[in-house]
Amino acid sequence: MPYLMGGYPDIEGSLAIANGYADAGADLIELGVPFSDPLADGPIIQSAGTVALAAGSTLDAVLGVARTMSERLPVVLMAYANIVLARGVDPFIDDLLSAGVSGVIVPDLPIEESLLLFASAQSAGIALIPLAAPTSTDERLAEIGSQARGFLYTVAVSGTTGERGEQSDYGEVLARVREHTDVPVALGFGISRPEQASAAADAGADGVIIGSRLVREALEQPEPAQACKALVEQFAAALR
Amino acid sequence: MTTDRLQHRFGYYGGQYVPETLMPALAELEEAWLSARADPHFEAELALLLRDYAGRPTPLYHAARLSEVAGRKIYLKREDLLHTGAHKLNNALGQALLAVRMGKRRIIAETGAGQHGVASATACALLDLECVVYMGAEDIRRQQPNVQRMGLLGATVVPVEAGARTLKEAVSQAIRDWVTNVGDSHYIIGSAVGPAPYPVIVRDLQRCIGDEAREQILEREGRLPERVIACVGGGSNAIGMFKAFVDDAGVELIGVEAGGEGLEGGRHGAPLAAGGRPGVLHGSLSALLQSDEGQIAEAHSVSAGLDYPGSGPEHAFLRDSGRAQYVAVNDDDALAAFVRTAELEGIIPALEPAHAIHYVLNQPSDSTLDLICLSGRGDKDLAEVLDLLGRS
Repeated sequence: MPYLMGGYPDIEGSLAIANGYADAGADLIELGVPFSDPLADGPIIQSAGTVALAAGSTLDAVLGVARTMSERLPVVLMAYANIVLARGVDPFIDDLLSAGVSGVIVPDLPIEESLLLFASAQSAGIALIPLAAPTSTDERLAEIGSQARGFLYTVAVSGTTGERGEQSDYGEVLARVREHTDVPVALGFGISRPEQASAAADAGADGVIIGSRLVREALEQPEPAQACKALVEQFAAALR
Repeated sequence: MTTDRLQHRFGYYGGQYVPETLMPALAELEEAWLSARADPHFEAELALLLRDYAGRPTPLYHAARLSEVAGRKIYLKREDLLHTGAHKLNNALGQALLAVRMGKRRIIAETGAGQHGVASATACALLDLECVVYMGAEDIRRQQPNVQRMGLLGATVVPVEAGARTLKEAVSQAIRDWVTNVGDSHYIIGSAVGPAPYPVIVRDLQRCIGDEAREQILEREGRLPERVIACVGGGSNAIGMFKAFVDDAGVELIGVEAGGEGLEGGRHGAPLAAGGRPGVLHGSLSALLQSDEGQIAEAHSVSAGLDYPGSGPEHAFLRDSGRAQYVAVNDDDALAAFVRTAELEGIIPALEPAHAIHYVLNQPSDSTLDLICLSGRGDKDLAEVLDLLGRS
């Protein structure tokens, strides 16, 4: 499940990267909407977002990428709360629906604040995918798990998004989360090497989200779509 | 274990818009604050520090020459005389004690003008805590004396290079640090902003300003002020002042925001006065400067402490309810008031409250008794002001 910053390096370029992901055998694309103040993101995704915004990326332009890609594979949108709020909860969900988006992740919208969006998404048949963290108490995991639609996004480490080469022990957090939900459990944050992805799968993750590692590839390589496709192929092979 | 809960919402505003990782820490913080503020030992320890270490109560001063210019009586609440030179220490001491109580030995803080950073570094030196302060690179440039003070006090100042390299980015980076190190770290937020329970904690710790001032002015004048005026960035000194007077229907409450280069051009720090739409920034819903798409705008102000595109959620509530009004004063006018106050009263105010002083001196009013919160002193601003005025 590769992540993509919508509108990085520009809208055309991000569409090319997304097609590269699909060609490489991705199961789903997590498509980020750039935001000026992304609290849950580390430096790599922050800087891609800054470039995307400077290049004129907007919610509608990112939804355009989603519309094209959703014909090839499921697209999950990742947007910060203020992006949703600025559009208005119901219009936002309507726009997702018409772009063929399957699910939405709002990283700064804990269950306490997500009632309106949950109701609106539910009635439109769009999955509001919540996050669970290693710090979440069992009480919270029970609530998060019962509200989860689509899949449950489990945060592998306390922290922001970003590569963490050393980490590979995911069993404990996955076991705790799985105990509280019936939907598939995906793991993300800090997974940056194919070995880590396969360790996550071995530890019971139904899906693995690769974010900053791919975004860094896009930031550094002269042919981002080609390079990202090759990298997703490596991750896909490790997960097979 | 207490069953009380702190206020999370102020009408429509407030809330907890943070990553899941932080939610348990916010619950722990709320629990800790409820128990601390009900604990006579904690209260006594804080009161003693505020008195003997920080210098509370701060004086209420009748500013005779400013009064003459304004044509009405003006009192200044002298937070500039507090240890470290601004009201920020009230909050930093309280939260640092709270961190000790929670067993957290590492403190994270953000700072704009540097006053909250210095206050946090001071409290950490006193209580032997590690202190990491995030500060925008632009603010590091314009607030050098405070950067040097933080260094001397043993804090690590981390420059933030993102965006406009000012307070907004410093807060974001501090929150990211907290998300990463939430197990052993407490984040001392410096203003009445952020996710619940922070706005209430900061208000509780700053309301000593208003409580003292109310008592002092009753003693001096035998009546309440007709107007209470304070500058508003995030709004901690203002909420600390306003809280004591909010139930006194006859007392007008006025928050003065940074008008920057003028509200019309968009380069300012006045989301409340400019009618900024509600939005989510740094964990709470409040009035914001933002684009139609929901991207947060960069604020602009000559004063680093007011250079913030958001506002405390309780201020947004007070504005909508009509209980308080919010106005803006431009950079040039704040600079003029800075100089005027020095010349007339022998007091060099911080640029932040200089905005409030300008408003009082220059806006006609029927009031005969004004109370201004002089939230800090201007030593930190000297080099920048002299430079801007071409006097250096």
